[in-house]
Amino acid sequence: MDLQIALLLAQDGIVNGAIYALLALALVLVFAVTRVIFIPQGEFVAYGALTLASFQIGQTPGTLWLLMVLGVAVAALDAPALWRQGCRAGPKIYGLIGRQIAYPLVIAALVLGAQPKEWPMLLQVLLALAVVVPLGPQLYRVAYQPIAEAPVLILLIVSVALHLALVGLGLLFFGAEGSRTPAFSDASLEVGGLTISGQSLWVVGASLVLIVALYVFFERSLYGKALRATAINRAGARLMGISTTLAGKLSFLLAAAIGALSGILIAPLTTIYYDTGFLVGLKGFVGAIVGGLASYPVAAAGALLVGLLEAFSSFHASAFKEVIVFTLIIPVLVWRSLTTRHVEEEE
Amino acid sequence: MKIARSLLATAVCTALAAPALADLNVGVVVSATGPAASLGIPEKNTIALMPTSIGGEKVNYIVLDDASDTTTAVKNTRKLLTEDKVDVIVGSTITPNSLAMIDIVAEAETPMISMAASARIVDTANPKVKWVFKTPQNDIQMSTAIVEHMTNAGVKTVAFIGFADAYGEGWYQEFSKIAEARKLKIVANERYNRADTSVTGQVLKVLAAKPDAVLIAGAGTPAALPQKALKEKGFKGAYYQTHGVANKDFLRVCGKDCEGTFLPAGPVLVAAQLPADNPIKKVALDYVGKYEAAHGKGSTSTFGAHAWDAGILLQNAVPLALKKGKPGSKEFKLALRDALEGLKNVTVSHGIVNMSAQDHLGFDQRARVMVQVVNGDWKLIQ
Repeated sequence: MDLQIALLLAQDGIVNGAIYALLALALVLVFAVTRVIFIPQGEFVAYGALTLASFQIGQTPGTLWLLMVLGVAVAALDAPALWRQGCRAGPKIYGLIGRQIAYPLVIAALVLGAQPKEWPMLLQVLLALAVVVPLGPQLYRVAYQPIAEAPVLILLIVSVALHLALVGLGLLFFGAEGSRTPAFSDASLEVGGLTISGQSLWVVGASLVLIVALYVFFERSLYGKALRATAINRAGARLMGISTTLAGKLSFLLAAAIGALSGILIAPLTTIYYDTGFLVGLKGFVGAIVGGLASYPVAAAGALLVGLLEAFSSFHASAFKEVIVFTLIIPVLVWRSLTTRHVEEEE
Repeated sequence: MKIARSLLATAVCTALAAPALADLNVGVVVSATGPAASLGIPEKNTIALMPTSIGGEKVNYIVLDDASDTTTAVKNTRKLLTEDKVDVIVGSTITPNSLAMIDIVAEAETPMISMAASARIVDTANPKVKWVFKTPQNDIQMSTAIVEHMTNAGVKTVAFIGFADAYGEGWYQEFSKIAEARKLKIVANERYNRADTSVTGQVLKVLAAKPDAVLIAGAGTPAALPQKALKEKGFKGAYYQTHGVANKDFLRVCGKDCEGTFLPAGPVLVAAQLPADNPIKKVALDYVGKYEAAHGKGSTSTFGAHAWDAGILLQNAVPLALKKGKPGSKEFKLALRDALEGLKNVTVSHGIVNMSAQDHLGFDQRARVMVQVVNGDWKLIQ
């Protein structure tokens, strides 16, 4: 192995690591705020990429129907409580209907009426995000909100069930074969004999921008501070008037947005299948574990480490690549359990 | 009243159960979900196109999905045998599942026709294989075709990139055996996973070995990833794929990067291009026509055709077995097995079958052709 190959592998590792880092951040965020280990995170990667791919070949993605069905389900779940509030709840009811019934209908009209196939790439991406991202809070409302106070183990079991359901739906929506989307830019850069493709710059750049945006969101905005407060102490946050339900929905919205965007970013680099997301998400999870599911910077660094380790092990021992990557979790867990004092959770 | 009701219930039950006893029950186990879904779905679709009566007997197809999982395949097989009392099992889609099902069908003395590729499924060294037949070509037939084509084209060194599973490993073993015999040197042997998002490491290793050609052993669209990566990194040699990629989605995903790629395949893939005097042409076109009428133009894959071929074998063997016993009886199942083993010169969509006690596949050279990707479509060469 010479320097040239090492550089190429490092480049590959950083591009993959950037995606894992985004997913690791989303996992840490969701866990900190809601105590949910969000296994279906990866499904948003696949849904985002495949929804975009469906638009580009002129098909109607099944995620659109999921959006409408979940919208009706959420409206049905929320309506009785609002009904009991009587006339005071008027604006809230309009808000609910607007978000859960009217919005999916508008998106459906756009997808079916206009021809997204002919649109410029950026609009297609936005439309794909508009379809996939609301699924996050909807799933939170339907699957997690009724059991928000349940122990971590039960939330984990629900996550596994949700993951299996979403993978099955993915197969139904998109079929068993994969898809690719065209690159955002065909430009490539020559740096010291090393060709860097425009798409990989997009991936790394977009990841950095997202990470900075998340930092600003958490440090500067009121909603970000509310999320942080909920993460630190749920009961305390609620006493301060922060709605834990809103915090949960917001964290799922962010997780879905990060997932879908990651999928759209890597779709030109690799073929995405209905079940690709799980493995990608799992590697993000390894990164998140390195950060103890609590620290954002350490999780991002861990994810980058996973990406690099994956690239170099695919060169040296391709048959054992996954083994090497997932074995990383063992020394990390040993080290963490030796260095940190374990605090029993309330349950 | 009570007696009348129970009498009525008995009458209804008998009425429902009676025709089922005389019908021919075919149990089908396919991998319509899970990693092998791209193979299992066309197979499942094909079962729906099969004739509903053979030799004057009504045929019931009972299709169960094994989710590409070995345990589920075994469970489904037991269910079909004990609850549905099937006369024959068709399935499963993939090798590990089919291998696991052998013990169960042998124990129940029921014939089984597998749609999976490995030669081990019908390896007669195992006495239980007496009950097992299969329709897809052995990997060894396909790898011989590749090695032949390589040596004819003057290829001296070849690199191998395959799935890190039974498919890739099986191909490497078969391919390396023949390659060695034909003085073809394998200079790199790499593995990747179906769901991998990057194969840069493997591709760099292949490039460093400077092979004349590269063989990618993957199935369906995942086989496009290494080829696209090799093209991007500027590999100029010849590209070979296996018959596992023979569906339209592969061409869609791989696009212009797959132009010029060679692969061996069953003749059904290029049915329309076969010479008119080839008997396979008519059978293959018949299948393609029926499938595309139901699922749209260009939707056929060679995998669905394996299921169709299992159907053709049954249509030839069942009438013979019906002379010796009624469906549902032990005698019928044994007679069906004997009839399947005795099939001679049966033209199926993938070739011409001549079964014998030693060969429960029955294909010869006519069961494979070399195909090249030209202008985004399959083209028959030779």
